[in-house]
Amino acid sequence: MSEYIHVLIMLVLAAATAGGMLVATSLIGPKKSFIDKMEPFECGESPIVSPKLRFSVKFYLVALFFVIFDIEAVYAYPWAVLFKELGLFGFIEMMIFLTILAIGLIYVWRRGALEWDR
Amino acid sequence: MEQVMSTINLSAIYPEIILTCFSLLILLMQSFSTPRFKEYYGYVSLVGVLAALAFVVMEPSSFFAQTVVYSFNDMWVVDNYARFFKLIFLLGTGLTILISMKYLEDEAMQYGEYFALILFATIGMMIMASAGELITLFLGLELMSLSLYVLAGYTRVRMVSNEAALKYFILGSFATGFLLYGIALIYGSTGTTSIRAVAASVGKYGLYSPGLVMGMAMLVVAFGFKAALVPFHMWTPDVYEGAPAPITAFMSAGPKAAAFAAFARVFMEGLPALQMEWTWLIWIMAALTMTIGNVIALVQDNIKRMLAYSSIAHAGYVLVAFLAAGELGISSVLYYLLTYTFMNIGAFAIITALSGRGEPRVFVRDYQGLGFQHPFAAVAMSLFLFSLAGIPPTGGFMGKFYIFSAAVKEGYIGLAVIGVVNSVVSVYYYLRVTVAMYMEEPSSVREAEAAAPIFSPALVIAIFISAYGVLSLGLFPSSYVAIVKQSFLALQ
Repeated sequence: MSEYIHVLIMLVLAAATAGGMLVATSLIGPKKSFIDKMEPFECGESPIVSPKLRFSVKFYLVALFFVIFDIEAVYAYPWAVLFKELGLFGFIEMMIFLTILAIGLIYVWRRGALEWDR
Repeated sequence: MEQVMSTINLSAIYPEIILTCFSLLILLMQSFSTPRFKEYYGYVSLVGVLAALAFVVMEPSSFFAQTVVYSFNDMWVVDNYARFFKLIFLLGTGLTILISMKYLEDEAMQYGEYFALILFATIGMMIMASAGELITLFLGLELMSLSLYVLAGYTRVRMVSNEAALKYFILGSFATGFLLYGIALIYGSTGTTSIRAVAASVGKYGLYSPGLVMGMAMLVVAFGFKAALVPFHMWTPDVYEGAPAPITAFMSAGPKAAAFAAFARVFMEGLPALQMEWTWLIWIMAALTMTIGNVIALVQDNIKRMLAYSSIAHAGYVLVAFLAAGELGISSVLYYLLTYTFMNIGAFAIITALSGRGEPRVFVRDYQGLGFQHPFAAVAMSLFLFSLAGIPPTGGFMGKFYIFSAAVKEGYIGLAVIGVVNSVVSVYYYLRVTVAMYMEEPSSVREAEAAAPIFSPALVIAIFISAYGVLSLGLFPSSYVAIVKQSFLALQ
């Protein structure tokens, strides 16, 4: 049971942090309500529009880049944990992987896909 | 840890590594492009294909040594079967690059991505041919398919091209889902994704799980879609019509062969114990594929669409040989796919030359009188169409001969009869183009003048290579048969 005590402490701390923030803001934060502030908020989109709203395709492009480079991080973590065991072989393998990803990044960058307005 | 590394034999994937390096190089060239680079993308990718070709034959051991090399914990197999398919893919890729260069210049779409994607698709196919394990197979299939979705919509200013890409993407993703589900069910029933281990497990415990049969059926759907077999062929005509002509040539040769490569490896090596279950299924699919492909091709006016249906029919012939299995059956699958690569890409090379900017001239009537205006193009086109129809002395004839004799030998006489009848039916629509070329006048002189085909040196080289392949496969089949038989032995 004793090994789970850390998890319990972590849970309590997390709950206390989240709860504490909510309580603190409601106690000491300034409360100025105006119309724009009371609207539901989502990523810069107006809340009341026609449901046939057309999103800019750029959103999807950026999301795709995010996923690709996020996956890179997913692979890098286990490698970092096992860095010593994998040794030089693992290091070279990982560098090849990162080089290929870097080429992808260079390509995306040079083709101007990272610029919002072009 | 030592053990894990000792199973990695890097020389087994040299061809794939080389192609990857070249496609990355092209992406970098495109990133730092100067207008000067535009013309070199094609040549750079050709060099990559030739280098990969050399390594396929030489590494990790010579083609003629007939050794089987396993690597990456048996996830990767290099045997002569895989090598032969890789030769087909690289051949198709090389020919496609040759017919693409001038086409892209005319369409003002000389971007490096085109060639990088073609190389990526080729790597995917090569992974499919060498996969000793179902997840590796899936990886290759996805790499191939995703590249092809983009390539189908490459001429993005054209509506049909966009439509083709979207249809192909949505239906193709669905088919990939079937593949994954099938793999999951097979894994659930046997506890492994390694093709050889699946065979061992099924052989040991027998047919104990309905999930296994379900998984097999799902794999049939997925491979059926990728190889365009009836009833999973619906996407083919639209995609082949909408995609740029060189990409249609590419799609109809390599990826179809890749689907058959994986299909045969999984079913012959992994699921031979289920042969009773899949024999009747594939019998029906083969008969339907041949018949529906040929009958609908009869009424097509668009020549790209006609060849799309013809490619469905040809997949049906290959399926007959697949069903016959055994040495003769699988050898004729390999022989036929090689022949088909030559004759189909050859025919599409002529279509590419004639189609004109924006591809307005892709109808049978646009071929009227071609025999008098451009005798060279007409002769070459006739040769490829004769081969597709299976008329001697072309490779198409020998290929069909081997397929049907394999079917008869294995007792599939009904299927062989259906195949021969279909073959006769197909002569009508292939000859219709030849008749238009030699026996009809162009509908108007002005139109004929506008329709001057564009023959670049690269395209002419591609046509010559294809014509040489078609003729030598038809006239001197014995040396090819020897190679094909060696490739088959590896699968045992």
